[in-house]
Order: sequence, then C-alpha cells, then structure tokens
Amino acid sequence: MAGAVSVSPGGAPSTPPDGGPRPLLDVQDLHLDFGGIKAVDGLSFSAYDGDILSVIGPNGAGKTSAFNCITGFYKPTGGTVLIDGEDITGARPSAIAGRGVSRTFQNLRLFGELTVLDNVRAGMHLRIKQSALDALLHTPRFRRSEREATEEANRWLDFVGLRGDRGGPARNLPYGEQRRVEIARALARGPKLLLLDEPAAGLNHSEKMELLDLLRRISALGVALVLIEHDMGLVMQVSQRIVVLNFGKQIADGTPEEVRRDPAVLEAYLGKDEDEPQAGDTEVPHE
Amino acid sequence: MFWNRKKAPTTAGTARAGVLNRLLGDRRLGWIGFAVALLAPFVSATNYSLSVMTSAALFVMLAVGLNIVVGYCGLLDLGYAAFFAIGAYASGILATTYGWSLLATVPVVLVAAVLAGIIIGGPTLRLRSDYLAIVTLGFGEIIRITANNLDVTGGPSGIYGIPGLDLFGLDLSDPVAFYYAVVVIVALAVVGAARLGRSRMGRAWRFIREDEDAAEAMGIHTYKLKLAAYIAGAVWGGLAGILFGAQLTAISPQSFTFLWSALILMAVVLGGMGSTPGVVLGAIFVSLLPELLRDAADYRFFVFGVLLIVVMIFRPQGLWPSTASERAPDRRPDPAEKEEAWQAQ
Amino acid sequence: MSQLLWNGLFVGSFYALVALGYSMVYGIIKLLNFAHGDIYMLGAFAGFGLLTMAGAMATSASFLALFVVLLVAMLATGTSGLILERVAYRPLRGAPRLSVLITAVGASFALEYGMRLVAGPNPQVYPIRLEGTTVHVLGARVTLQQLALVAIAILLMIGLQWLIMGTGTGRAMRAISQDPKASLYMGINVNSVIARTFFIGSALAGAAGVMAGAYYGKIDFLMGFLIGLKAFTAAVIGGIGNIKGAMLGGLVLGMLETFGTAWLGGEWRDVFAFGFLILFLTLRPTGLLGERVTERV
Repeated sequence: MAGAVSVSPGGAPSTPPDGGPRPLLDVQDLHLDFGGIKAVDGLSFSAYDGDILSVIGPNGAGKTSAFNCITGFYKPTGGTVLIDGEDITGARPSAIAGRGVSRTFQNLRLFGELTVLDNVRAGMHLRIKQSALDALLHTPRFRRSEREATEEANRWLDFVGLRGDRGGPARNLPYGEQRRVEIARALARGPKLLLLDEPAAGLNHSEKMELLDLLRRISALGVALVLIEHDMGLVMQVSQRIVVLNFGKQIADGTPEEVRRDPAVLEAYLGKDEDEPQAGDTEVPHE
Repeated sequence: MFWNRKKAPTTAGTARAGVLNRLLGDRRLGWIGFAVALLAPFVSATNYSLSVMTSAALFVMLAVGLNIVVGYCGLLDLGYAAFFAIGAYASGILATTYGWSLLATVPVVLVAAVLAGIIIGGPTLRLRSDYLAIVTLGFGEIIRITANNLDVTGGPSGIYGIPGLDLFGLDLSDPVAFYYAVVVIVALAVVGAARLGRSRMGRAWRFIREDEDAAEAMGIHTYKLKLAAYIAGAVWGGLAGILFGAQLTAISPQSFTFLWSALILMAVVLGGMGSTPGVVLGAIFVSLLPELLRDAADYRFFVFGVLLIVVMIFRPQGLWPSTASERAPDRRPDPAEKEEAWQAQ
Repeated sequence: MSQLLWNGLFVGSFYALVALGYSMVYGIIKLLNFAHGDIYMLGAFAGFGLLTMAGAMATSASFLALFVVLLVAMLATGTSGLILERVAYRPLRGAPRLSVLITAVGASFALEYGMRLVAGPNPQVYPIRLEGTTVHVLGARVTLQQLALVAIAILLMIGLQWLIMGTGTGRAMRAISQDPKASLYMGINVNSVIARTFFIGSALAGAAGVMAGAYYGKIDFLMGFLIGLKAFTAAVIGGIGNIKGAMLGGLVLGMLETFGTAWLGGEWRDVFAFGFLILFLTLRPTGLLGERVTERV
C-alpha cells in the first residue's frame, strides 16, 4: 500500500515527489475524438503499486472510453499511456494485457457457454506452458500444465469467493456470481494493474460489502486497482484517490475528502441529479 | 455469448447429452466408434460397400478439420474444399508426374496446406467474420478454376493413375487394407483435433468464438490464433486430399466444387459445432444418406438446405451439442487459501 | 477499346442490379444474404414460366411481352424475398452472426435444389431470345436489345434512387441503417421496413434474372451462384451498404472483367474477379464510396 497517488493538474507528466517510485500507470494528456465528439479531452493521472484509484463522473463523461484507450480497445487520438515507464499507446489489447494490465467490462463479458473454470483459465493463457505438439501427444508437460492451470483457477475462484458450480457453463450462474468470475478471470492474468469497469453495478447491498472486502484484498496483493464506479458509498470507502471526469475533461482529483468538497464536482453532480434522480448514485455516506 | 440467444432452449438437450456423455465418456465413445469402424467390413466387404465406407471415413476427417475452424473458432469457411483440392492435387501431381510414393508427398502437402492457409487467411482474418465467409467462397472457386485451366493439373480432365497407398513397402492398395489404413489415419485425425480442442490453443479458439474482445483483454492475440485455427483446418483438409486421391486414383476439378464445401459444413452444423462425437456422426450421416436413400437423390440437397435453416432456428447447437461441463470439486472459500492463491503466482 | 467499354458497361449493369439488393440488405441489417443470387435465378425461371405459358402470343410481340413478364417476375421474386426474410432470417434477428450466415447458406441451397426439383437439372432454353439489329456507336458493336436492357437497368436504378431519397420508406430505411434501435424508439416499424427492403432488392435481382435469361437464352438452377458472388464483389468494390457504391461497383467490376478477359483470356475471368474481391477487402474494405469507420482494434 506504499504508493500515494500523484496527479498533476496541468496535464504535465506527473513525477512522484522526492524521487519516489515510478508510477505503474501513467496517463498523460489523453485525447479521444469520435468524429468531432471529444470523448476524452486531456486526461492525465497516474497510479502506483497497491493503489486504489477511482474514476468517477456523470454518465457519458468518458470514463469507459478512457479505459478502452488505456487497454488498447480504442486508439487514442492524442496523449500517451505508460505502463512501468514503457509507452504502450495504441498497442494491441493483447500486448497491453501481456504487460500486466487486466480489465473487466461494464456489461459482463464472460464466455457464457464455457465452464466457469475455463473462463478463469482464459486469464492464464499467457502463462500456461504447453505447445500444440504437447497437446497432440498428451506429454507429461501437457498434463502438468493442465493440472496446474486447474488448481490455480480453483484458487482464484476461492479468492473471489465463488459459491456456484465451477464445472458448468458460466451463464448459468446468478449475476453477482458472474461478476466474481469476471474478476477472477482478470486476476488470473496476473496483473500489476487491474481496471474494473463498474464492478458494483447490479449488486445488492451485501454483495457490495463483499466486493469492498474483495477490492481491499486484491489491493493487499500489491495490484494497483483503478475503478470506474457510480456507487459513491463504495467509492468513498475504498478509494485512496479519486479522479473526476465531466464531458471528457478532468475536473478534479484528490483524496475522497478533497473531492467531496470540490465545488466543480458538486456542480457536475448536482446538474446531473436533476435529469437523473438516482439517490444512490450521489449519496455520500459519512463513515 | 455465442449460443445463449434464447433463454435456455439448450438445457434439456445439453442435460440429455450430458447424461449420455457421462454414461459413455468421450474416450470410451471414441473406442466404440473405432471398433464399429473396424468391424464394419465383417458385415459387408464388397468393393462397393468398402468404397462407401472409405468415403465416409474420409468425410469424417474433413468434417473434424472444418470443425476446428467453424466449431472451435467460430470462423465460417465456405471454401474448405480448396484445401482438400490442394492436398489431392499436390500429392497427385508428385505421384503421377514425378513418381513419388504418396507417403513422400505428405511433407509437401503439409507445406502447401500451411502456405495456402496463410495466403488466404492472412489478409482476410483481419476482416469482419462475414467477409471471411464470402472470401473463402471466392477462394474455393479460384482454386477450382485454376485447376481447371492449368496444364500441370491436367485441365478439366484432371489427373489419373494416382497410385494406391504404400506405407514403407507395405502395399495398402487392396480395398480392405486401404479401408483399414484410412480408418486408422482418420481415427488419429479425430483424436488429434479433439486434443487440440482441449488444449490451451483450443480453449483460446473457443474464447475467440464466444467473445473476441474479452479474449484480447486476456492477452490472447486473436489474429494469430485465428490464423492458427485456419492453418490447422487446412492441414487436416490437405491430408484428407492425399487419401482421396489414393482412393479414387483420379481427381478432377469437378471433385472440388462448392457443393463439397457446403456438404462438409452441413456435417459440422448438423452434428453440433465444436462437438467431436457430433461432428463425426454428422459426417457419417451426411455421407451415407445418399446411399441409404437412393430414391431421395433428387431432393436430398434441398432437404439439407432446409435442415440447415431449421437447425439454426430451433437447435443452433446441433443434434449432439458439445457440453460445457467438467468435474469440479464443490469448494467453499477458505481464508487460508486466499493468500496462497497469490503466492502460487 | 470502345467495344470493351460497352461490353463492360453491359455486363456491369447486370451486376449492379443484383449488387443493389445485396448492398441494401447488408446496409440495413448487416446480413450477407447468400441466397440473393438464387433470387436472381428465381427471377429467370419465373420469366421462363410466364413466357412458356403465354406461348406463341408472347413471341409475336416479344418486346412488350418481355416488359410485362419482367414486371410480373419482379413481383414474384420480390414476394419470394419477403417470404425468405420472414421464414429464415427474421427468427434469427439478434442471433450470433455465424448462425445467420449458415442459415443464408441453407437458404441458398434450398432455393437452388428446390428449383432443381421443379425444373430439372438440365438447362432450359428461354422461349424468346433477344437478337437484333446491330448499330455501331463510336466504333463499338451494340445491339438495340443490349441498349434496351441497359436502359431498363438504368431506369430501375433511377427508380430506386427516387424511392430511397424521396419517399417515407426510403427515409425509414436510411434511418434503420444508421441506428436500428433509435429507429424503433422513433416509431418506425423496423420489421416492415426490412421486409420492404428485401422486396425491393429481390425484385431488382429478379429483373436482372429475366433480362439475363432473355439475353443469354439459357438458364439453369445454379446460375445464381456465380452472379451472387460477383454481385457481392461489386458491392464490396463500391462500398457495401452504399447504394450508389453498388451501382458504381457493378460497372467497375464489369469493366475490370471485360478488360481482364481481353488480357488474360476468358477462362481466367472469374479468378480475376475474385482476385479483385480479395484485393479490395484487404486494401480498402470500405470500398470506393464507403465511409471510413472509426478505427477499432
């Protein structure tokens, strides 16, 4: 939990204070235009090992677009994304995943017809050591790598606390359980950085509490967490740092306490409150 | 994602197939099938029935090859007969014009099939999946027309006088011996395809089929893996082509029309995309049907076409669907294990 | 040279008519209707049936008869397009792309071999054959019949353009191709518009079928396979989903083929055409007139 988040407001590359550790994720002046619409407009932030950072903002603020730029699903029209100091801007999603970046999707993207265990094995693709020849001949190496993969997949499912059937198709699980499987799959990638797109969406209160615990345990593993989340209660409780977006622009960043008091944030959210009165979204609990 | 369009039309079917699979087991089922194939000549061993059975076995090999592309990876290939043609022509030309033994042509056919897979898959696998379908269709036609136009392929009349199979001095050109050789080779091909399907690569193919973006996000280079599936399919088709030439001793462009590609696709779809037992049975069904229903020759293709539509609408997973199930211990999360999970990395 | 240009234009106008239906359906529901070429075949056979029934009367006033037959055949193929959409494609709307493609292959098969059951495996000779006076235009030998067929094709395309740009149906079609969900919310009856698209596209293909039958004189149940593939190529060259692109693509493909044939010989004509298909898909998948899609890896 060592790293503190350092965000420099002007969009300049952030340098950690006192020559501290290099940021794990460093987003500098990110832009994404969709035919004239600025989905992301000059976003800069960085995250360190073991951080929990939340990106919040009203619907359509460009949060998911920013995620898609970082993970390579969109090619940003400007700016750079550095992972461990290495420029990965515009690389293939699989190459970025290979650099230790893992993600979940806003609308659950499990391999529904495949077993839960297979879903988690997907995350291990790059680490399973076997060749096509091993598979054709069923060599000892093949058997060992399959056995190890299964064991590890089971451990990840234990880690996220999955209760349902692991041998059946993932689509048969209830929604909340599917969310856990998606996180287990992302963790199985062995990431240094995990991006979660609205992990609490559709979860009930007790599931949210379990998620909170899970996020803290993931962070304790030394994985940097960046989440997009609408549930302010969760965000305020779990985040060490919050970046607020509105209309593709970054309007605030800082500790939960600072963001809560920021007038620009209040305005963005109050404006939103009128046309979309979702009490749960803007409710700021007091611990 | 791929088949769950309707709420759960599959549950009944999968449950039944699941019970059946558990009763028989994939491996035991394979041995039973193999035994049936070995015993079949004892039921009827006329030249005619042997030739029908040999063709059926070859058709099984083609179907499991196409199943790698369509069933595992979800790529629609409508020109699969092209790879079959490439294998048959490459080995046929080397065997007749240059007097090679068929066994010696295998490495050449492998290289030709891989190259063809790269040449056609390389540019098109980057495209949307439906473009791939029609490009492969065009590719199939290009190969057939080229074979028809060139001198080296014998033009419209093709190549004849292809020698029988000869393995290390052992003459296998007698119909019975050839049938057994084909059964063994096809059995190996079926097992090989099934094993690939259950490996790291085969899983990656299925991930791509289910959700390409999610597969990419997990570090799977989807383009490379699609190309790998395409090449694997090409290799299976090419090798089947050698046997085809050996069986018929003559090949011509008429042997490799779109009809063939479509029939192989039907075997895969009717049997159950991605399901090895389903595809094997589908292939046997499609290839034996004309023999069983002689009078039906006129309307069987019509029936096949209608069946494709009906299966896609009412039972897209095929008659013998692949089942997503594996034995998994019912474990409860144990706090002590949570830490281990990380340390295991 | 001008002979080659004319031949290219002539063949191209057939391709364009068939490509239009391909492109319209693709533009609106992103479906590759493999059976579209077989609708063209149905059109040729519908015309054949009608002309055979009309018998001697038709041959005496061949051109007028052909025109009436053309309209009736268009109605018939349009209706078959409607039925095809209703029976095979509509139940699969929203299904995985692979399922829909396989269904389309099945539909193509069913139409081809269904026609084989009805009309037999052998080619049929068309009751009227358009052979006629040759005129010389700019050094090219052009028959009046060719001119008339090209004129009909152009008229049909103008009619289609008017339909799409000037009528409510056309507006709804364009809206759906932009955003089907939003169109539904805006109160557009999406199903009925898609059905109408199938009707129009199939009618155009049917017209091309009748014209091809009358011009070439022979038809068979597999005649739609090749032209379906060619029409798709034309649609891709022009930019699939784009109406003007389909017309342009048809003409371009017709020209390419004619010149390619003159250069390489007739037996390589189809290889040449499909080679272009692959080339275009690789180098410029959006075609000549297609718009660039936002880059998405």
